[in-house]
Amino acid sequence: MSRSLLSIEELGTAGVQRILDLADTMAEVNRRPNPKVPALRGKTVCSVFFEDSTRTRLSFETAAKRLSADTMTFAVSQSSLNKGESLRDTIETIAAMGVDAFVIRHKSTGAPWLVDGWTNAAVINAGDGWHSHPTQGLLDTYTVRTALNRPDGFDGLRVAIVGDIKHSRVARSTTAAFTALGADVTWVAPRTLLPPVVHEHVENDIDAVLDRDGGVDVLYMLRMQQERMNEALVPNLREYTARFGLTPERAARLAPHTLVMHPGPMNRGVEVAVDPAELPGALITQQVTNGIAVRMAVLFDLLSAESPEQSLTEGPTT
Amino acid sequence: MADKRVLTPDDVRRATTRMAHEIIERNQGLDGVVLIGIQTGGVWLADALGSEIARIGESIHVGSIDASLYRDDIGLRPVSPAAVSDVGGDVDGATIVLVDDVLFTGRTVRAALDALGDYGRPKAVQLAVLVDRGHRELPIRPDYVGKNLPTSGDETVTVTVDGVVIS
Amino acid sequence: MSLLITGATLLDQNGRRGGALRIEDGAITEVGENLESIDGDDLIDASGLVVSPGFVDLHTHLREPGREEAETIETGSRAAALGGYTAVVAMPNTDPTQDCVSVVEFVRRQGQAAGLCDVHPSASITVGRAGTQLTPFAELAAAGVKLFTDDGNGVQDPLLMRRAFEYALGLDVTMAQHCEVERLTGGAVMHEGDCCSHLGLPGWPSLAEELMVHRDIELVRLTGAPAHFLHLSTSRSVELVRMAKADGLPVTAEATPHHISLTDELLRSYSAIYKVNPPLRTMDDVEAVREGLLDGTIDALATDHAPHVSESKEQPLDQAPPGMLGLETALGVAIAHLDTDLATVVGALSWKPAAIAGIGDAHGRPIEAGEPANLTVFDPTEEWEVVPARLASKSRNTPYVGVPLRGKVKHTILNGVPTVKDGVAQK
Repeated sequence: MSRSLLSIEELGTAGVQRILDLADTMAEVNRRPNPKVPALRGKTVCSVFFEDSTRTRLSFETAAKRLSADTMTFAVSQSSLNKGESLRDTIETIAAMGVDAFVIRHKSTGAPWLVDGWTNAAVINAGDGWHSHPTQGLLDTYTVRTALNRPDGFDGLRVAIVGDIKHSRVARSTTAAFTALGADVTWVAPRTLLPPVVHEHVENDIDAVLDRDGGVDVLYMLRMQQERMNEALVPNLREYTARFGLTPERAARLAPHTLVMHPGPMNRGVEVAVDPAELPGALITQQVTNGIAVRMAVLFDLLSAESPEQSLTEGPTT
Repeated sequence: MADKRVLTPDDVRRATTRMAHEIIERNQGLDGVVLIGIQTGGVWLADALGSEIARIGESIHVGSIDASLYRDDIGLRPVSPAAVSDVGGDVDGATIVLVDDVLFTGRTVRAALDALGDYGRPKAVQLAVLVDRGHRELPIRPDYVGKNLPTSGDETVTVTVDGVVIS
Repeated sequence: MSLLITGATLLDQNGRRGGALRIEDGAITEVGENLESIDGDDLIDASGLVVSPGFVDLHTHLREPGREEAETIETGSRAAALGGYTAVVAMPNTDPTQDCVSVVEFVRRQGQAAGLCDVHPSASITVGRAGTQLTPFAELAAAGVKLFTDDGNGVQDPLLMRRAFEYALGLDVTMAQHCEVERLTGGAVMHEGDCCSHLGLPGWPSLAEELMVHRDIELVRLTGAPAHFLHLSTSRSVELVRMAKADGLPVTAEATPHHISLTDELLRSYSAIYKVNPPLRTMDDVEAVREGLLDGTIDALATDHAPHVSESKEQPLDQAPPGMLGLETALGVAIAHLDTDLATVVGALSWKPAAIAGIGDAHGRPIEAGEPANLTVFDPTEEWEVVPARLASKSRNTPYVGVPLRGKVKHTILNGVPTVKDGVAQK
């Protein structure tokens, strides 16, 4: 039975550290003139995206290719799911073609766990519902770790995640990853955009965190979706930006050590109303770059695992 | 199986000194020569050879390489990179001396050669090992050897600055 | 030929006593401490077992007509008999809906043909359960319908519900409400609380149930028509009904076995087996619902037996349909999870629901000579675990795999004839 990556919580603090350490090795590979290693030759990674996300899919597929794995893409729009085939039948059919890892994006919470129960292949959760997106949490913490050169953890680091927490798998996984490494995470949102029960520290507007003594070390802006207006969760985008957006006025007040992050794609003029290129602490492009190294680390961690039937542990190692 | 000490710390030091001299002698002037230790056992030895060469009065770049991602036994046993590779400079046109503690099947050296190739095209690659214990499975031979040590295939050879132990 | 049951503990609304009873021609003819066997008697040795009035389920989804792949009236009746039931109320959310006499008659006839328990069809309050036009209450009442419900949905429109209560007056029928204000539960998958916050699932707030319980209590107060509350699941709902009863209003209520035994934490398994409507709630709610059953605020334990084919329950949580099996496990769950005397448990399974269903003349009767012989014989102490493959239901969506249950039905007697003997259905 292969291992799988389904959530930060299941990975645990030691697992997060292991992946981030491995990501350092992968980042070095990516800096080479030929950023490709033969590590996963002969392995097949299949991305199955039941929800469109070209950037996440490309990031995973680039990661797999840099490790020399073969990649397959199951495009749902062209698939038999439109013909009424069940998720289980779809997965079992693809698995029968010989797949070592599934990268799953699904609009339903828990779908990757169901898939994991139906296949011996490794399963990587690339986002399920509003629930979990573990590689995002890993790449965000990896980005901060490299920016601050803090490989041993984030004790005392102050992180504020701003925006639509309720509907955000990014917020959940990124909070879990920062928390696992010892950071203090504050959620900044109106009550309408928070989950019904909240354990994190909460602020009701962004100025409360910016004006704290010492400011904030990481300001993480979430994407604000237009359709939330229709559900009476916020009155309008102008008011949202005024209360929660990174406006030029707020950007000018940021402490010099504050790092600014965003999972993309960004709604310019809504949650971020300044040009991020003009923010000294912006790590937004680094997040995208690091996404590949982190996903390489995850793929290698899962697929380099010993398969019991082929074990050579008795044999020589050099 | 009882541990058997086959080299003392002094033996290791003498072997290192001799290998340093051989490297200097064979690569006149050390121009464009880089010592690259293979993770993990070759790294301290590359550092030791570098220090020895410096003591003799020459200077040399020292780097390290992790060949885990090039191994041919991934999926057959737990393989995990130990550290980020740092080849210590431009590989294109350089003469690389790969350094490892023990030469056994040759598979690690093969992986390291492949890894090296992804950094550029060296002018030449040489191989320095403290212990050659035989049992090669690939057509690889060392250029500098601290000690030839006949072993049986199921023995383990442990190399540190404190000496070499067979168990 | 008669059937003689000996060595039993008899348990009914008049108390508990040792005894034996003889059944002839569908009725109890003799009850005594010791009865002598006559040649040709069928004998049931009920030593160590309890004989009670047959169980009555106020809330069974038999799926026929329309969803026969999940259950039929025959398979559902067999499951009911094995669970100790002699009568079930068939919920109207069939396809076509039980909203007219012909469909209601079809269900009743299929029940009679199966002959495993009395199947009493309910009817919907609104045509097609669409919430806009009342069904012909009087015509349906004349066809024997006692309970009206749009179960699966609550009647959202307060004006329409007021009219339903008013129009029901004088017809000797009861409006049974599935309490859910749908504007508050759009897309909901599970209880709104800690667990749904973590799982990132749209929540079903307790408030959505309580608002409608409160609305209907006030409509009962206004109109004087009786109301029955289906599957109450929240602490506050129980409290509202308790206050309404204290005010002397004609309201009754039921709760399901799963709402006294399971919590929303089970959804952390991502398995849709635990998806049900109303959803599994918190331990506080479970305890409040148990307390309601013990103090009589909640009259009946009703299964909300809701069969679904395996394929549909293998879907992700938000796509799978809600519902769980209940008929074959209700007694085992009730005894294992209600810390009370057996009479309270049996009352909630038998004579109290029989009265609400309007069938108290034939079911839930005292164990006395002259009464109809609809009886359940069970071992109140046997511990067992459910094996899905052995269920009589056509579906397998029981949430109780691996959960210890206590109390097992041994024999079920319908109109004097065993439908279940030694735990085996007789047809």
